[in-house]
Amino acid sequence: MQADAPELTVDKVHVWRGERHVLRGLSFQVESGQLLHIWGPNGTGKTTLLRVVCGLLRPEQGQVAWAGQPIEHIRSDYQAALAYGSHEAALKGDLTALENLRYAVGLKRRVGDQELRAALDRTGVGACADLPARVLSAGQRRRVAMARVLAMRASVWLLDEPFANLDAVGSALLARMLEEHADLGGMALVVAHQALDLRRPVRSLELCA
Amino acid sequence: MKVGPFRAMRLILRRELSLSFRRPDQLLQPLMFFLIVTTLFPLALSPELSLLRDMAPGVLWVAALLSSLLSIDSLFKGDADDGTLEQLALSGHSLSVIVIAKTIAHWLVSGAALVAMSPLVATALGIPAGAFATMMFSLALGTLTLSWLGAIGAGLTVGLRRGSVLLSLIVLPLAMPLLIFGASATDRAIGGQSPAGALYFLAALCVFTSTLAPLAASVALRITLE
Repeated sequence: MQADAPELTVDKVHVWRGERHVLRGLSFQVESGQLLHIWGPNGTGKTTLLRVVCGLLRPEQGQVAWAGQPIEHIRSDYQAALAYGSHEAALKGDLTALENLRYAVGLKRRVGDQELRAALDRTGVGACADLPARVLSAGQRRRVAMARVLAMRASVWLLDEPFANLDAVGSALLARMLEEHADLGGMALVVAHQALDLRRPVRSLELCA
Repeated sequence: MKVGPFRAMRLILRRELSLSFRRPDQLLQPLMFFLIVTTLFPLALSPELSLLRDMAPGVLWVAALLSSLLSIDSLFKGDADDGTLEQLALSGHSLSVIVIAKTIAHWLVSGAALVAMSPLVATALGIPAGAFATMMFSLALGTLTLSWLGAIGAGLTVGLRRGSVLLSLIVLPLAMPLLIFGASATDRAIGGQSPAGALYFLAALCVFTSTLAPLAASVALRITLE
């Protein structure tokens, strides 16, 4: 991970979903070491915002820039530096937890099984490494997805409802992971309904209907 | 350390192949379909060898076409449903790289397997052994082209709930030249004539689709992901 990640700028982003004007000229900037908590009622475009920031969805107006460059121009470098945790765990049921990580993380950077096992151990699912993802519980799948984010060593984390299905221990673990990530100079955008209980300042962004 | 496109392709290829082999039912379904359709014809028509031999190229190619269509539907669908397609799209590699690797994997488990099985079927249909080489070569080119065409269709329909009918409507008209020239190559080889003309045409189609289909399918996927 880079010691200092370049800043991420969202500039006057407008997104329509059909007839609905979901994001109305949203602007903010996140810098190295900052955590942004995105919250708001259902259907106010939190997931849409994350998809815009990661580059899956192109905004109708406005732009997202990383290190001052629009992300469309530096797509592969930008995407190599980000880890997106969607609201589903995004695991292949027929592959084992370890294989899931091997293919997902392996596309971002060269990584050995030992390191992936260590990441799974860290999130408390080391014992499930060789089980097919389909037999894991929702919480365990979520933890495997956490291990994937961790192992990618990305500087930008975009997490959509990462606390869903996690028990108290898992939530605390995720909170520590976010703190460490920010301490190391990373940045994270976290969509969550509950307050983030962290030992460092968290900026917050409320989306309204 | 950054991962190059070829390493990424190898990785996706390995992923696709191990996924296929974890699901033997889905792996065998198109092959069984091909086998069943082609063996039903001698039973339904007449076991007379001269008649079968005349019908054989057509039967073989129609069955290959339909069996390839049967499995192409799931090319991106599974990944789109469980969210892994997004992860692939955000891996920092171009979508074309992903499309190429996935399509080649699809061809290896459907098309290449079908080609390997074709002499068995050809024997049942009375095709002389001397025509096997041409038949297998033309089927290999044809099924690969079909996989590329199917990738475009699958990319376009992956976001639809009942996309498989639409997929057939998109791919079948594009596949007509394959059917005509593929069957003609096999037919000429059975008749002892040179199949070169038809084979050249098949090869040209194969090159054409393998260069353009990854681009077309990746644009289709990008739209779907939005």
